[in-house]
Amino acid sequence: MSNNINDNQGDVWEVFVQSKPGLPHKHAGSVHATDKEMALQNARDMYTRRNEGTCIWVVPLDAITSSLPEDSGSFFDPADDKAYRHPTHYVMPEGAKHI
Amino acid sequence: MTTKEALINYCLRIGDTSLILGQRMSEWCSNGPILEEDIAMTNIALDHIGQARTMLTYAGELEGKGRTEDDFAYKRHEREYFNSLLSERPNGHFGDTVARNFLQSAYFYHLYNALTSSKDLMIAAHAAKSLKEVTYHLRHSAEWVVRLGDGTDESKDKIQTSFDEIWEYTGDLFEMNEVDELLLKEGIAVDQKNIKAVWDKTINEVLDRATLQRPKDAYMHSGRLNAIHSEYLGHLLAEMQFLPRAYPDAKW
Repeated sequence: MSNNINDNQGDVWEVFVQSKPGLPHKHAGSVHATDKEMALQNARDMYTRRNEGTCIWVVPLDAITSSLPEDSGSFFDPADDKAYRHPTHYVMPEGAKHI
Repeated sequence: MTTKEALINYCLRIGDTSLILGQRMSEWCSNGPILEEDIAMTNIALDHIGQARTMLTYAGELEGKGRTEDDFAYKRHEREYFNSLLSERPNGHFGDTVARNFLQSAYFYHLYNALTSSKDLMIAAHAAKSLKEVTYHLRHSAEWVVRLGDGTDESKDKIQTSFDEIWEYTGDLFEMNEVDELLLKEGIAVDQKNIKAVWDKTINEVLDRATLQRPKDAYMHSGRLNAIHSEYLGHLLAEMQFLPRAYPDAKW
């Protein structure tokens, strides 16, 4: 189950930390661990030493699907030159400014 | 014995145990089995040392002779230390450390929990703050006891031996003398019999989950109350106190 056959430190887990309630979790780094309880504890020890965190998520690396660099052209470029897709010409009413 | 003398001794029991355990855990720095555990254990060391600072500083204030936390930590010898015999046990292998820490952390957890109602406000506040740290220490070591116990044949063998070998140092944790009697009357201390009862529950639950045998209560070592220690404390203090003793005028 390890990502690397010679590695006996456990699997890799990606760590996401929420610094204040309501804010999105931000990727903080990764840890090695053999199971989810250990991953959570290791993430707490490694990534909340100095900053306050209010919540930690740990995700096994295998559960994450990532786009590849060679996809960036077909995935992201087309949105650039389509001004009609961006709501820049719409004026927000006064009362709705802080939605 | 006055209430103040008893209170100073009580603070030293708690502070010294924290200090010695902190020193032991710091010995894992750069020696952890994996990086994450190296950081976990040194974090725990810092927690313990922080707790020691509070209690040793308070003891110095109560004494009123100008002794600081550093004086207590670096200038006393073995027969003046009131830490538990369990806390000075050597780290051994990772399983030995896990077993020792589990037993000691479970004790601290229940002790601090009870001391949050102490009539001495400083002790109550210290207990409330330390309880959060110790809750994590207990969780950390308990989870490792379970993984090592309910692990491979080798890990189970090793951790069972770890518990079998240190069990005779656990009786020392719960002994009481006239210091406790005096402070109990004042509502400052807690009855160690009550602590033992809940400690037993925690130990049994975790050993059960870990599919380990609870060692039988046989001969129990004694010494904490009278500052009588094993040979290990001398070596530990020699290392811990070397710098301030070799360079008494050093400032940092």
